[in-house]
Amino acid sequence: MQRHTISILVENKFGVLARIAGLFSGRGFNIDSITVGEASEPGTARMTIMTHGDEKIIEQIIKQLNRLIDIIRVVDLTETSYINRELALIKVNASRESRQEIVQISEIFQSKIVDISQKTMTMEVVGNEDKIDAIIGLLRPFGLREVARTGRVAMARDFISKDAPTPELPVPVWEKERRKITADLA
Amino acid sequence: MKLSGAEIVVECLKKENVDLVYGYPGGVVIPLYDVLLKTPEIRHVLVRHEQGATHMADGYARATGRPGVVLASSGPGATNTVTGIATAYMDSVPMIVITGQVPVHLIGNDAFQESDTVGITRPITKHNYLIKEPQEIAQIFAEAFYIATTGRPGPVLIDLPKDVQLGQADFHYPEKPHIRGYRPTYEGHAQQIKKAAEMIAASQRPVIYVGGGAIISDAAEEVRELAHRAGAPVTTTLMGLGAFPENDPLSMKMLGMHGTWYANTAVMQCDLLISVGARFDDRVTGKLSEFSPNSKKIHIDIDPSSLNKNVKVDLPIVGDVKRVLQELNPMVTKADTGAWLKQIDLWKREHPLTYDSTATVHEEGLHGANGNSEPATPSAPLAIRAQYVIERIGQLTHGEALVVTDVGQHQMWAAQWYGFTRPRSMITSGGLGTMGFGLPAAIGVKMACPDREVIVISGDGSIQMNIQEMATAVACRLPIKIVLLNNGFLGMVRQWQDLFYAKRYSEVDLRGSNPDFVKLAEAYGAVAMRIFRDEEVDAAWAEAAKITDRPVFIDVIIPEEDNVYPMIPAGAASHEMIEGNN
Repeated sequence: MQRHTISILVENKFGVLARIAGLFSGRGFNIDSITVGEASEPGTARMTIMTHGDEKIIEQIIKQLNRLIDIIRVVDLTETSYINRELALIKVNASRESRQEIVQISEIFQSKIVDISQKTMTMEVVGNEDKIDAIIGLLRPFGLREVARTGRVAMARDFISKDAPTPELPVPVWEKERRKITADLA
Repeated sequence: MKLSGAEIVVECLKKENVDLVYGYPGGVVIPLYDVLLKTPEIRHVLVRHEQGATHMADGYARATGRPGVVLASSGPGATNTVTGIATAYMDSVPMIVITGQVPVHLIGNDAFQESDTVGITRPITKHNYLIKEPQEIAQIFAEAFYIATTGRPGPVLIDLPKDVQLGQADFHYPEKPHIRGYRPTYEGHAQQIKKAAEMIAASQRPVIYVGGGAIISDAAEEVRELAHRAGAPVTTTLMGLGAFPENDPLSMKMLGMHGTWYANTAVMQCDLLISVGARFDDRVTGKLSEFSPNSKKIHIDIDPSSLNKNVKVDLPIVGDVKRVLQELNPMVTKADTGAWLKQIDLWKREHPLTYDSTATVHEEGLHGANGNSEPATPSAPLAIRAQYVIERIGQLTHGEALVVTDVGQHQMWAAQWYGFTRPRSMITSGGLGTMGFGLPAAIGVKMACPDREVIVISGDGSIQMNIQEMATAVACRLPIKIVLLNNGFLGMVRQWQDLFYAKRYSEVDLRGSNPDFVKLAEAYGAVAMRIFRDEEVDAAWAEAAKITDRPVFIDVIIPEEDNVYPMIPAGAASHEMIEGNN
């Protein structure tokens, strides 16, 4: 059961999120996280969905997403080189005595203290899920008051050097299947 | 010049050459109906229930390949269309459903007759729209018709608030809409097609398995050419009936749960299974792990998501069936299939589709139905087998009528016994299995094909689910023939309870509560008759043929507890087939 990060370019119209959420619930697929925001092309939005399932399920998820009219492009980033980030806001109990230790933890994780009160501190941390899980684990003993996480956003890497071999850019799953069959036939 | 939103809608329908609309008026679509009143080019058929309208549009579309159009009001009008939309969606039928909606400023306020139609129909439409401005109408209608009729077809719903119908806008109809996220693949991949030809040439025991996709793609001729070039026997799904003529020596008729013994056995033993526009539905495959275990599989389908969904295939080809076969056929060379065809012919002789034509006497005669008058007499036992009735009608109509069915035992008997020879002649709800489909669908079919014989084969359970459309059929003076195979039971459920629940018949008995269908049909204004014996079929049919201006309803009193055989129990493998005691 590998986790997959699926990046979807959609028409930025009302109801698109409902179509996607409905597809997942209606067909019994899982959503681990979902993020949505405006994309670079006008009138489009970028969604990043984390999901899990065996190969057959992931194949169906991508194909079923592709059937939706308002979806322009679906890419499974998991098999390519990609950057992923999540942001979390963490509010933790902080007494006069514990404050210093919390600041130290925060520094190690390169997180920012964004709010402070008599009894609490709130920090903002950016990174992959493991990093965020780790800092939450370390802060838990102080008493977590509230955690808000964005879910993953992700993007395929580009390659800087002109001399580097042409990378395998993420291609739609259908094209990939076609290439695989063509290779098999050759 | 500016037009009203309602006028724009009607102009859009004209641009799409719509000549028939099935609908039912209501508060928020009165502006549209007002424009329809002065639009003689578009005939509106007033139904008696919106579900009926959707099945009529569906039947029209299945018979012609052109989109059926439905018009309904908001709230209950819209929710009544849901079953019909889902039926069309499951069987990939092009349909446009226009529903009224409360004015835009009231949406979300729980207004009178408001429902979230777009939300309700999202998972059962290929796409749907809520129009918020009159200037969007033309673009959205063009997109809707394009989406409904291209690629894998399907229903598209357009929700149209009342104030949008009343607003004003300029009318420009886009030629061909460009939709960024929608580019169906029609051409199969050349190398994959070449590979398919190689696999066919190498096969000794091929089977061609044809589904509804071949009919939608108008590929019957190409399927026939493939079969004869490859020397491969052909079996069809329920949806594929008619895509290959059943009087062709290569036909093995239908496969699956109630398919023929030889078709299912051939699929189990073949070394190459060529799926043409079929989707490996559970009613075809039975237990997946034991389905056609020794074959290589080629799967041709226009919808990528159908590939590898249920069965892992060796060679998937995405494309339009007709175009793919047109590319493939010239490359196909005849493999050495002689021994295989001989084996299949032997199976056909050893395990034919049969029924016991002597069986069953009715004690009561009429399942205790209300008001029925003709009892059985000891000298002339009542015995009429559903299978015989369908087989005989098939002979009398040379397999060339349009057969429209409901869902249940009668549907499977129709599939087994009619003897289909032409595509688009079996009109049935295959995917969703919608009881109540038959009568309204037949109205749409007859309007699409007024010169062809249209026969409804129904049961006493199904017919009552949309019996109100008798009024529509009579109002439209449609000479459709309704053959009611009346056994006083919800027969298919009763059969399952008989076979798998030790005859514990739970809530399947309609005896005693069924109406007198002859009187009922006559009350609607149809011609009606009732038959009890095999020998009455021909006379009844001749009588029915004389009627040209209204429906004819034939109540056929069949045995109460007859079962459909063969049968592969749900979830079982095909070697677990029950051949039956017929």
